[in-house]
Amino acid sequence: MSELTLTVMRLGFLAVLWLFVIVAVQVIRSDLFGTRVTQRGSRRDASRQQPAARQAAPPPQRQQQPPSSGGRQRRGAPTKLVVSEGTLTGTTVALQGQTITLGRAHDSTIVLDDDYASSRHARIYPDRDGQWIVEDLGSTNGTYLDRSRLTTPTPVPLGAPIRIGKTVIELRK
Amino acid sequence: MSSSTNTPTHHTSTIGSIGAPSRRNTELALLVFAVVIPVFAYANVGLAINDEVPAGLLSYGLGLGLLAGVGHLVVRKFAPYADPLLLPLATLLNGLGLVIIWRLDQSKLLQSIDQAGTAAPRQLLYTALGIALFVVVLIFLKDHRVLQRYTYISMVGALFLLLLPLVPGLGANIYGAKIWISVAGFSIQPGEFAKIVLAIFFAGYLMVKRDALALASRRFMGLYLPRGRDLGPILVVWFISILILVFETDLGTSLLFFGMFVIMLYVATERTSWIVFGLLMSAAGAVGVASFEPHVQQRVQAWLDPMREYKLSQAGAPGVHSEQAMQALWAFGSGGTLGTGLGQGHSELIRFAANSDFILATFGEELGLAGIMAILLIYGLIVERGIRTALAARDPFGKLLAVGLSGAFGLQVFVVAGGVMGLIPLTGMTMPFLAYGGSSVIANWALIGILIRISDTARRPAPAPAPNPDAEMTQVVRP
Repeated sequence: MSELTLTVMRLGFLAVLWLFVIVAVQVIRSDLFGTRVTQRGSRRDASRQQPAARQAAPPPQRQQQPPSSGGRQRRGAPTKLVVSEGTLTGTTVALQGQTITLGRAHDSTIVLDDDYASSRHARIYPDRDGQWIVEDLGSTNGTYLDRSRLTTPTPVPLGAPIRIGKTVIELRK
Repeated sequence: MSSSTNTPTHHTSTIGSIGAPSRRNTELALLVFAVVIPVFAYANVGLAINDEVPAGLLSYGLGLGLLAGVGHLVVRKFAPYADPLLLPLATLLNGLGLVIIWRLDQSKLLQSIDQAGTAAPRQLLYTALGIALFVVVLIFLKDHRVLQRYTYISMVGALFLLLLPLVPGLGANIYGAKIWISVAGFSIQPGEFAKIVLAIFFAGYLMVKRDALALASRRFMGLYLPRGRDLGPILVVWFISILILVFETDLGTSLLFFGMFVIMLYVATERTSWIVFGLLMSAAGAVGVASFEPHVQQRVQAWLDPMREYKLSQAGAPGVHSEQAMQALWAFGSGGTLGTGLGQGHSELIRFAANSDFILATFGEELGLAGIMAILLIYGLIVERGIRTALAARDPFGKLLAVGLSGAFGLQVFVVAGGVMGLIPLTGMTMPFLAYGGSSVIANWALIGILIRISDTARRPAPAPAPNPDAEMTQVVRP
């Protein structure tokens, strides 16, 4: 076997071995950096957007193409969940079809540091049509959509404030 | 990885559908990767030594793939929420070990001194037995907390296993260490299994006693000194490990057990003083025993001055003095940064135990520093997943058991790698999964099985909270 082939195989093998290690570390990325939070905007930015979103609620189906590439998402569907009030103000989570759990339990998607929140307070998930639904999980102090307390799973309009204790969450494009 | 892709698209309104993704597909993808890498290595060794792709490539790849596939399917069925990394990492190490053992089988020198030749097929058989035990653990151990019931039986069992090599007629003295028993032509190392059983005992014992050990203490010079009577257990374990050292002349096993106990004691009580005590006691014990035990003295000599040991062995008396330590260091040295390439080193010069205790030297020579670092990182990842499992576990017994098992695993890697590289005196232990040896492979697969069971319980979503019929009526208003 030629020297060159063996050298290429030798270096190739080391590269593949390291690739495995890197892939394995990518799998446990969440251990190192926590739940993936795409963007934590500055407080100023969040407070500027907040009143605008309030006024626009609930905006019916805008005709803009969502920037997300998700093929199964409908037009005008929200692409991110934004915390607009409370200690986590500015946190956003990308909506990719996964269920988002909210509560003080540390395995929640958004861990609320809020005395008025229950450990498993509420969840937000897409139904069959891709419409996002918010459901209260038997919390002590309740989950409010706009002003009304939730009793059943309820669709969430774009920009409508979901209030849990002192925390307010909105779906945005 | 994108675990969100396998989230079911339909959502019912029951709470049960919430939960962490099981990540079984991630595991499968990594497992395929972990089988392909050793197959690549196998082809590379064949091309380098015999100038042809080895004839056994297909059967070897299929064999390893089949074993990994069985392991994966059993995890999918019986431990669906288990950690996705443990199985692929262990499979990769086991596969790489098989390749290097096969590569050393090809060496004429090792064949002539009967150190290798047919080791690889036997190791594949041991791997199959190991996976079988892994499957048995996952199927029959539905909940790791069951093990808690056998705390004191485990203690008796572990002592029994540890003392077995001392039974006359059963124990076998191989290369100076009495850690083997021979049954029906097979030599078994009971210490490898005792490691797991002892971890169960320590976890069960410390779970009950940790409050007494942690709280009843006086503060002295920044350290919490435990009461005299609470020192009892650590003294007993220390004494037993000294006994092992004296009667079985095996530094590694003794260090492993004592170290595992100290780690678990520290995790159970959060008291740094235990680590200080443990280090002092193990240092005192090691120095004390080394001052009168000739076998240990010789190991220390070989560690302090391997070159002198090498010269003495070349000048005659190869039975007394060993050239292994120096040859291993030369193997690492000639490997350099990127290694000589698989199948192109001369690590067979280590002769004795080249494919078991010293297998890391072959990796060091043929894969170089880059390869050794990757191997050690893979070990580190296994330990990390074990500790992570302990963090996620909801019950104290599971936490302690996971810490103990992964701590023992990490300690064993440190003792073997440190010994081969000349950092600490050499001891007769095997590199988990890489080294040739049935007991080691089988016991470590059982260890991975228990860790996977604990991680499945830990990562399984919590049961749905009972619906509260009063939720509408009552509102608790807190100040």
